[in-house]
Amino acid sequence: MAKRFLSGNEAFAEGVRLARPQVISAYPITPQTTCVEALASMVESGALEAEYLHVESEHSALSAAIGASMAGARAFTATSSQGLLYMAECLVYASGGLYPIVMMNACRSTALPWNIYCDQRDSLLLADSGWIQAYAASAQEALDLALMSFAIAESPEVATPFMVCLDGFTLTHTYESVEVPESAQADAFLPPYKTENRFDFENPKNLAFSAGPETNYLFKHQEQQGMLNALKAVPQTEARFAQIFGRAYPGLTEGYLLEGAEYVLITLGTVTGIAQKTASDLRAEGFAAGVLRLRYFRPFPSQEIAKALRQVKAAAVIERDVSFGATGAVHQSVCAALQQQGITTRVSCVIAGLGGADISEDDLRGVFADLAAGRHETRFAGIRERRDER
Amino acid sequence: MSVNPKTISSDEPFFGHKACPGCGGALAVRLILKILGERAVAVLPAGCMSAVGFNFPQLCFGCNAAISTFAGTASMLAGIAAGFRAQGITDFKAVGFAGDGGTADIGIQALSGAIDRNDDILYVCYDNEAYMNTGVQKSSLTPYGAATTTTPAGKRLRGNLSEKKNMFEIVAAHGIGYAATASVGYLPDLLKKAEKAASIKGTRYLHVIAPCPSGWGIKTDETLDAAKEMVDCGLWYLAEYEHGAFTLNRDPKAFGSVRDYLKRQKRFAALTDEDIEFITKTRDAKWKFIRENFRRAG
Repeated sequence: MAKRFLSGNEAFAEGVRLARPQVISAYPITPQTTCVEALASMVESGALEAEYLHVESEHSALSAAIGASMAGARAFTATSSQGLLYMAECLVYASGGLYPIVMMNACRSTALPWNIYCDQRDSLLLADSGWIQAYAASAQEALDLALMSFAIAESPEVATPFMVCLDGFTLTHTYESVEVPESAQADAFLPPYKTENRFDFENPKNLAFSAGPETNYLFKHQEQQGMLNALKAVPQTEARFAQIFGRAYPGLTEGYLLEGAEYVLITLGTVTGIAQKTASDLRAEGFAAGVLRLRYFRPFPSQEIAKALRQVKAAAVIERDVSFGATGAVHQSVCAALQQQGITTRVSCVIAGLGGADISEDDLRGVFADLAAGRHETRFAGIRERRDER
Repeated sequence: MSVNPKTISSDEPFFGHKACPGCGGALAVRLILKILGERAVAVLPAGCMSAVGFNFPQLCFGCNAAISTFAGTASMLAGIAAGFRAQGITDFKAVGFAGDGGTADIGIQALSGAIDRNDDILYVCYDNEAYMNTGVQKSSLTPYGAATTTTPAGKRLRGNLSEKKNMFEIVAAHGIGYAATASVGYLPDLLKKAEKAASIKGTRYLHVIAPCPSGWGIKTDETLDAAKEMVDCGLWYLAEYEHGAFTLNRDPKAFGSVRDYLKRQKRFAALTDEDIEFITKTRDAKWKFIRENFRRAG
């Protein structure tokens, strides 16, 4: 296993190379581009044997990946922001057809106003599209998720496409020391893709058909079951991954200083780093802070969240999303999970880090202070302070 | 070697579907699939043929087949071809059957991309000159003067006021390996072109006029007549594009009556003499261009 200094995008591309996709279809968009550029170089050098399709749009990128999957090939694509929204129709198509395509999304704000920097409004808008969604918090995790995503998506009881989300620039373009596994290890972890959900010349199949009111719900129920089966497939796959590669992952959520925590921040993606630092500093000051990071947003880790928040006094979601007229996608899912399980812990929603805005330790200390003071209203980070300045 | 009604396969690759009586599109799909044989992999976007052929559990294609997104016929085909190629499978015939809207409107971007990459696919446009599946709305291949539900013919406007988009030459302008126009009114010509297209690697395009009796306002047994008459009166032409050159396959010495062709169809009922004169003049200008720029067959 070699250590290399890689950006999140480059690390992810290394993971994709090790997963040996047979078809890659891609259309450029900032900040996804350096990932698909790296893959193109690998195809050129022979490091990766794959059909690389230079499609003319994101819609075609995913449409072609679906076609490749129907032909029985392992398929990969990547996009971001407007590109993800442009291909939205194909997202529900892939999940409805149970095609276990893997896609990297570089999380980026959505226009208008135009903005190329990170928030999670693109991927969270498509949380209901039937794709597994995992959010990496480091380049190493991005590489490892590239490998694990194929294994989870393709496991027959899951058969669900998988979106790996990397925060734009914060992760896609930040360099870290990354362990790159050997091909032999990766091959032992991830065998070639085999499926019956494909065209067959011996026994021709009609795929992607219509299903009326009499049968439609049966297909949707099957899709829901596959997604829910990922709740088990994720820890199982991580255990197998740890055996082969020696790196362990904590399942669908990652707790930090939750033992004895009274106030907890809930995070998704790279904001976790500063949240953990803040909690650690507050602990040293005698304030019982903790962080619950959601590594997966779909399937939603309701049980893990309920377990983590059962005993705490209050929690806040650091939300890089707005569900206009409501709160944010993460907050709503967390609240629903708690309510369903009869847990009354108050969870507030702090909308922060939109369009790449920095989230500082001071911001997060303010959130903890609000929780301790019993202030729970949904707010945009930065707005209240500005009002105070007037 | 050429396929004719006696030698064409008796296997039925498209049957049990619920297409309307006299459907020109269903005929084109069925005959072309017979020529492509059992290694065909058919992709059909949202549209008439997918609506009538893929209703679970009544699935009507004898070959591998799938519905694509409306815009994604060519891109899904490209992915299928790449997926097979990546597995070392080379003896397949990836074929798309999209209507006029699926081709000239919403699907033109993906089609252009596929031709640009020279993906190994055959793209068939079955052109019934409007969005028939949703109840006869105008597409960019709806001819001038045709009444549709979104271009109604009344006192002020007489149906569709834009002219039919020139898909054949748009496709040819990409430098495609093979493109051809055809009509279900000239079946031997259609079969010959389908057979030729099947034998060529790279992207190929067939544009087939396939009348829709309910959308055109003709009787269900008049499909082939109307499709033939459209060619005979010069409002459609049979041609090929290959090796950078156009060839005209049929050069009528005299045209049939444009008026008779139009007036037998309810969609043209509101046309005035001036409209018919305009359509005739447009035809003549087109044929002047064709005769100056296309080679003659044989």
